[in-house]
Amino acid sequence: MASYSTNEFKGGLKFMMDGDPCSIIENEFVKPGKGQAFNRVKIRNLKTGRVLEKTFKSGESVEAADVHETDMQYLYSDGEFWHFMDPESFEQVSADKAAVAENAKWLKEQANCMVTLWNGSPIIIEPPKFVVLNVTDTDPGLKGDTSGSGGKPATLETGAVVRVPLFVQIGEAIKVDTRSGEYVSRAKED
Amino acid sequence: MTQSDTWRPSASLEMIRARAEMLGRIRKFFSQIGVLEVETPICSHFATTDPAIESFATRYTGPVAAQGTDFYLHTSPEFPMKRLLAAGSGAIYQICKVFRNGELGRRHNPEFTLLEWYRPGFDHFQLMDELAGLINRLIDIPLQVEQLTYAEAFKQILALDPHTATIENLRCCAIEQGVPGADVLNLTSRDGWLDLLLSQLLEPQLGKSGMTFIYDYPVSQAALARVREGDPPVAERFELYLSGVELANGFHELTDGHEQLQRFKADNRCRQQSQQSLMPMDESLIEALDAGMPSCSGVALGLDRLLMVLTGNDDIRQVLAFDISRA
Repeated sequence: MASYSTNEFKGGLKFMMDGDPCSIIENEFVKPGKGQAFNRVKIRNLKTGRVLEKTFKSGESVEAADVHETDMQYLYSDGEFWHFMDPESFEQVSADKAAVAENAKWLKEQANCMVTLWNGSPIIIEPPKFVVLNVTDTDPGLKGDTSGSGGKPATLETGAVVRVPLFVQIGEAIKVDTRSGEYVSRAKED
Repeated sequence: MTQSDTWRPSASLEMIRARAEMLGRIRKFFSQIGVLEVETPICSHFATTDPAIESFATRYTGPVAAQGTDFYLHTSPEFPMKRLLAAGSGAIYQICKVFRNGELGRRHNPEFTLLEWYRPGFDHFQLMDELAGLINRLIDIPLQVEQLTYAEAFKQILALDPHTATIENLRCCAIEQGVPGADVLNLTSRDGWLDLLLSQLLEPQLGKSGMTFIYDYPVSQAALARVREGDPPVAERFELYLSGVELANGFHELTDGHEQLQRFKADNRCRQQSQQSLMPMDESLIEALDAGMPSCSGVALGLDRLLMVLTGNDDIRQVLAFDISRA
């Protein structure tokens, strides 16, 4: 198995820690003038998403993680798994609930997602930064209120619930920022 | 920063002027107190044996060495400066670039500037006072000075006696104090654990309201300091911290050539054990000590870090005209 020494540490480097694939967020070299050197690193556990810190003795090695990111098309969900396809090789992979997590609510069929594969299996699914989804339910009775302050909740075709301006009606398509979960604008359906 | 900007300096022009101002004031300080400026070779046949410091190696080929001969870039001008002292130079100082392989980070650049000076007749307390005096000459409002022994610092901040604590005590302390990953860290020596605690837990607390000197180190970390017998015996070594940054390291210097040779040999044995390359011991230094070097104290002050701290920067690149990536 490939390994990395602490001298190869840098942001984005993927390695194995306690059985999980991790990615380095920040690496700091610490050394007393006449003493032992250390690397203090901030790491993201790619399976749990948790961020943690760790201290390594400089010169130590860690095991490389077979992790890479690839663009894939979302096909469908069978309730238990979410299925994705590589648009070039047509190869398919299935992601479980842990990999899709909260992002399930943004997945519309044929959307292009960023899939992080570990040993060939998906561990992180990132939806497109912006998605266009139809409003399937929202309260129509608030039309007269023009204060525009709070907006109202709207349920989208994928099940996500976002706050929308009062003028948005059932059946309309809206653009949503998936990173913040916020409404961006009304969208014209293609 | 984009690719096309890499020709530009790492530091602002204002910082480059601040450095020149600092160097000017330092030279004036030493001129006023009668300490002589000297220059010694950057390139040497010999190198430091310190297992925690790695030298850059280079090669000279030409007259006198048709097949080529190895040279090392100095990691501090200490050895030749001590030879000058043994030759009767009296008090001397040097401002020079030094080189340490493998050290690069927010507070490290492999090439950096040291101010090193030696005071015959001074003990480490007198030199700490002079160092504090120099720093206060570089700034408008004088800083308070605090002096703590190595043991006091560990006791105050970690409730631990660094002279008697076992590896297991030190390890438990690191875990309890939340040093991340301390539970699986593979450090085999007490000094390794002490370095961890010092750099991760003590250092950020030192020099917060002025200058903090730490002195009287464990004998195992004597480096080139003389050892004072007692219970426990301690190395007459000190370090200066300001704003949580280690700035200087000084010794009440070892003058015993035989003892120095034993320490060089012990360093190389340690290097052998950890599969580091053995370094050529400075035999000229041993000869100079044998010939007789006056009792003295010496200190090395990192000028890039000093400039960083005095100007409130937290990355060494901000005070270097060109950091290693642009060199």
